[in-house]
Amino acid sequence: MFDFLDSGQYDLLGAFWVTAQLALYSAIGSLVWGTVLTAMRVSPVPLMRGFGTAYVNVVRNTPLTVVIVACSFVLDQTLAITLGGEDFKETGFRLAVLGLTAYTGTFVCEALRSGINTVPAGQAEAARALGMSFTQVLTAIVLPQAFRAAVTPLANVIIALTKNTTVAAAIGAAEAALLMREMIENEAQALFTVFALFAFGFIVLTLPTGLILGWAAKRLAVKR
Amino acid sequence: MSEVSASKDHEDAPRSQADLVVLSGVNKHFGALHVLQDIDLTIGRGEVVVVIGPSGSGKSTLCRTINRLETIDEGTITIDGKPLPAEGRELARLRSDVGMVFQSFNLFAHKTVLENVMLGQIKVRRTEKKAAETKARALLERVGVAAQAEKYPAQLSGGQQQRVAIARALAMGPKVMLFDEPTSALDPEMINEVLEVMQQLAREGMTMVVVTHEMGFARSAADRVVFMADGRIIEQATPEEFFSNPRSDRAKDFLSKILHH
Ligand SMILES: Nc1ncnc2c1ncn2[C@@H]1O[C@H](COP(=O)(O)OP(=O)(O)O)[C@@H](O)[C@H]1O
Ligand SMILES: [Mg+2]
Repeated sequence: MFDFLDSGQYDLLGAFWVTAQLALYSAIGSLVWGTVLTAMRVSPVPLMRGFGTAYVNVVRNTPLTVVIVACSFVLDQTLAITLGGEDFKETGFRLAVLGLTAYTGTFVCEALRSGINTVPAGQAEAARALGMSFTQVLTAIVLPQAFRAAVTPLANVIIALTKNTTVAAAIGAAEAALLMREMIENEAQALFTVFALFAFGFIVLTLPTGLILGWAAKRLAVKR
Repeated sequence: MSEVSASKDHEDAPRSQADLVVLSGVNKHFGALHVLQDIDLTIGRGEVVVVIGPSGSGKSTLCRTINRLETIDEGTITIDGKPLPAEGRELARLRSDVGMVFQSFNLFAHKTVLENVMLGQIKVRRTEKKAAETKARALLERVGVAAQAEKYPAQLSGGQQQRVAIARALAMGPKVMLFDEPTSALDPEMINEVLEVMQQLAREGMTMVVVTHEMGFARSAADRVVFMADGRIIEQATPEEFFSNPRSDRAKDFLSKILHH
């Protein structure tokens, strides 16, 4: 039943490896970008707050496919910005990381904001009373506590991100979904097997994420 | 000790020398609520001022305006001769000179007791880590919680947490300490351990503004009692004078309520 895999025609592990890398880079990128967006949204500067709010509301409500295809069209095909990608696949990969980061950052921002809401106002106030600057209050007091409270929602964001990497197939990144499409076309007789195989692959990627972060959420919880 | 006695007759001393905190013509609104009305208040160096008054009279707001956690609409506040700066680096520096102790302690929940007392020194005063730790441990010793240094705030009793909060404020070497009902959230058996630390501070000559209903503390440690109601300072007097012979009806009424329950 798995004999079509033995032909050596399909690099299944390689495709999932690209998916894992896509997820990892985009996760790091969106955690950073989401934190920056959060800082903007709670900043005392109205312009930053306005940009943060507008960005999150627009990008979060745009379908991911549109965000990623827009990255590809606008950056690569119109402005010829390839982000240093050597070939079509490489460029596709980098643009996909960019698009996924731009999109997932908004969900990280929302998860962090819900985390910030669990931090009592007195924490920031005590820090301000000591003479800390806005940035210090945010980075030393509020965000560390917000991150700990946001581990569970962040785990959901990361899991959703891992599955969202499949959209990158739309711009030719050589990840798992692209291979799946190819296999479905060529191996129509083994349709169910192909689906099961890819479902299993994604579970292998996402289940540990959920377990590890679930454990971390308990360990890191701030006791009040 | 000399600072304390000097402050008792600060009326005669030259103004610029003795006055540490000066509020004049301070007004503040929360929307339609006129929460501080024409507040004039001068606090001398080394003086201990107890602020009392009914709930909602603006005592907390008054405290919070002194380190500009709340802005004011009108009037001026100066600390050590310098007017309160607007938001920014200058304000942060000023705030670090004004220690604040909250009713709900507000210790940083994700930091150990020791880290709580070190953080301000490192982040604001740019003290070296080693020196900050030495100072923090000495202060924790002084307030009697040195044994809890490695624990997290949630593992401490309320009384211990509040003493850590006092140590955290003292670590900045403040010129004046503000206490906003520091014992109101405590179980009765823990009130004294906190008041004792405050009494010790008062004896050492710290300038203190204390919002409290602890009459024992007011009588033994305060140089002056300020009575507030409805956003105004109704009267000010020495503790003996105020408790034995309040002049205003509001104060008489208030005292009869808190002394008889
Ligand atoms: N941030 C705020 N926004 C609106 N109203 C407030 C705020 N803080 C305090 N108040 C109101 O101002 C009044 C005085 O409050 P407060 O200074 O806390 O009084 P006290 O400490 O004497 O009990 C109260 O009526 C309170 O409801
Ligand atoms: Mg109050």
